[in-house]
Amino acid sequence: MNLKSISSSLFAGIILLACSGTFSTIAVAAGAQKESACTPRELPAIPERKWSFQGIFGHYDHDSALRGFEVYKGVCASCHSLNLFAFRNLAALGATEEEIKGVAQEFEVPAAPNDDGEIVARKALPSDHFPKPYPNLKAAAAANGGAIPPDLSLIVKARADLEAHVPKILGGYMTPPAGCDIPEGRYYNAYFPGYQISMAPPLLADAVTYNDGTPATVEQMTVDINNFLAFVAEPKLEERKQTGLKVLIFLIILTVLLYLAKREVWRKVH
Amino acid sequence: MSSPEFSNPIVRWIEYRLPVFSMLHHEMHEYPTPRNLNYMWNFGSLAGFMLVVMIVSGIVLSMNYTAHVDYAFASVERIMRDVDYGWLVRYIHMNGASFFFIVVYIHIFRGLYYGSYKAPRELLWILGVVILLLMMATAFMGYVLPWGQMSFWGATVITNLFSAIPLIGENIVTWLWGGFTVDNPTLNRFFSLHFLLPFVIAGVVILHIAALHQHGSNNPLGIDIKNKGDTLPFHPYYTVKDLFGVGLLLTIFMAVVSYAPNYMGHPDNYVEANPLVTPAHIVPEWYFLPFYAILRAVPDKLGGVIAMFAAIAVLFVLPWLDRSPIRSAKFRPVYFVLFWVLLADCILLGFCGANPAEGIWVVLSRIGTVYYFAHFIILLPLLSLYERPIDLPLSISNPSPSGSNA
Ligand code: HEC
Ligand code: HEM
Repeated sequence: MNLKSISSSLFAGIILLACSGTFSTIAVAAGAQKESACTPRELPAIPERKWSFQGIFGHYDHDSALRGFEVYKGVCASCHSLNLFAFRNLAALGATEEEIKGVAQEFEVPAAPNDDGEIVARKALPSDHFPKPYPNLKAAAAANGGAIPPDLSLIVKARADLEAHVPKILGGYMTPPAGCDIPEGRYYNAYFPGYQISMAPPLLADAVTYNDGTPATVEQMTVDINNFLAFVAEPKLEERKQTGLKVLIFLIILTVLLYLAKREVWRKVH
Repeated sequence: MSSPEFSNPIVRWIEYRLPVFSMLHHEMHEYPTPRNLNYMWNFGSLAGFMLVVMIVSGIVLSMNYTAHVDYAFASVERIMRDVDYGWLVRYIHMNGASFFFIVVYIHIFRGLYYGSYKAPRELLWILGVVILLLMMATAFMGYVLPWGQMSFWGATVITNLFSAIPLIGENIVTWLWGGFTVDNPTLNRFFSLHFLLPFVIAGVVILHIAALHQHGSNNPLGIDIKNKGDTLPFHPYYTVKDLFGVGLLLTIFMAVVSYAPNYMGHPDNYVEANPLVTPAHIVPEWYFLPFYAILRAVPDKLGGVIAMFAAIAVLFVLPWLDRSPIRSAKFRPVYFVLFWVLLADCILLGFCGANPAEGIWVVLSRIGTVYYFAHFIILLPLLSLYERPIDLPLSISNPSPSGSNA
């Protein structure tokens, strides 16, 4: 046995040890969760979806995301804030200036103090952020049985499941397994940590009426809201991927040229 | 060495008063570089390149960043959304930190493999370890700035380590925080120091290079330059080779920035810091994981802290632990094996740091930690006594064995 093979087998052995440790931890973790009576016997199937914003040429499905905005506005907005979203952001999804103005005008926001020092409400402008449903977190908790509906601006980037998270939560409701008691005001959700969520299933068929006439099935709304929330979480994704492609093409050509230059310079030496 | 003659009168006027041109000429054309450097020698210039990337992107971020607990998270999101190309600058800075560490870790293991820390390069090596420490401090404080959940809880866990110091520990932690928890004063001072330290690093890098140019680069054979045939002028040979390396690094870097900018990050850091909600697992950035594993491997808090710092401190004295006069692992059959085992051990410790400190991981991280220290403190000194090296070549340009070992 020569040295190279000794060291490479030792190297591989130690790395394998690390990997097997990872697997056993995953197995232990999976085992640990089985202890609860509420552990779902069978997970509700979430369809394997391909999102248009994935991949090198990824871009948002603008029509779907705009419909998703209608879902947010009509359903989720009564509980969840979307603090990082301003009406003007809809322009990136192809909404016209008129449409954006129109949507903004449906809402009122506090104006700057007038000459008498009073704060009155005014119609929202495209530059305004989407108004919050509750004045503060205490009010949010009080209205939702003690649970605070999280801000949804970054939800798609802020959970380990990324773009699968919202569809899993929305599709994770089911009857609890026998022996699992769900308190009043809580709902059994197979994908929520602890399996008890304080959000009633928010989507029922025809919860919204889409402007473009698309039938508002639960499946349709799930896809649309997720496209919209993915857009709000990462609004510059399209710009990033398009710029990235050009930058990479440039860099690859540059690097090949530099390699050829290097080879040319070094030819006399080798 | 004679100064070159310059023909341009402006150059001559300046050179007479400030000899920058002869200095440049000396570094580029006369500075002899071993002719046999392989691509592992690219990582020094790549580290310098990443430092520049971090400083430039960091200065631009600072123009738009607000160091206040109520605004920091929102100001980073504003950079991502409303500042022109802010998303690009932020993703460059965020992933740049990871790439900086990748490059520097390769650079360090290159030094370990080829024995670059040995005489007469001990101070050069020590300055490198100082840079590593400063980088760690900088990256740790930078990660706090976006004020996400991991920022806050990482800062809390790591600063709390100092409370393990007997008697004055608690006072030190209060002093570090500027209060009784990680709060606005903490964020402010971390921003200030995070802005400052990279320039301190740049200063130490200058010393590092000054020390390098005193005796020149080591090389894959680890033997000294014997004659002119062993060397090449730095320019154009290594300038063009380094540029090619930069091109390659930039390509990989921009691919990650463009298509997987959050891959090396943690989703929890997109949740604003909340002192009332502790995340399920608090994990540091990947480049700290091996040290985090060593910290947790020791059952005693103070012991863990000491072990973690000792893991770096041992690098300072490495030139005196490894007494073998042979530099390159190519001619040290046993050291060659130990090198690869050490590298695997560090990766194993990385896995240990990423996983919860329970079950098999506790055992593995203890084994990994003991081995890490044994490598430096026991195996290397013994090896210097008992290892029988392979014959060294006569010179860089004449690879036939010299029949000697020094
Ligand atoms: C009636 C109020 C209400 C409505 C309407 C509502 N939610 Fe919720 N939602 C909540 C509350 C309360 C929670 C927190 C649940 C908990 O912590 O147990 C929550 C939690 C969530 C979560 C889980 C967040 C996490 O921490 O991972 C998601 C995802 C979510 N909501 C999405 C939506 C979407 C999408 C809509 C619109 C289709 C919506 N919600 C409509 C009240 C609501
Ligand atoms: C040694 C070089 C540096 C390293 C390793 C480093 C590392 C980091 C890291 C890891 C972050 C957190 C990134 C994130 O998750 O968002 C960060 C943020 C930041 N850094 Fe640096 N940095 C360096 C140099 C600088 C310099 C020179 C400046 C300013 C002059 C700077 C300014 C900032 C600012 C303003 C932020 C907060 C914005 C943000 O989080 O994106 N950095 N840095």
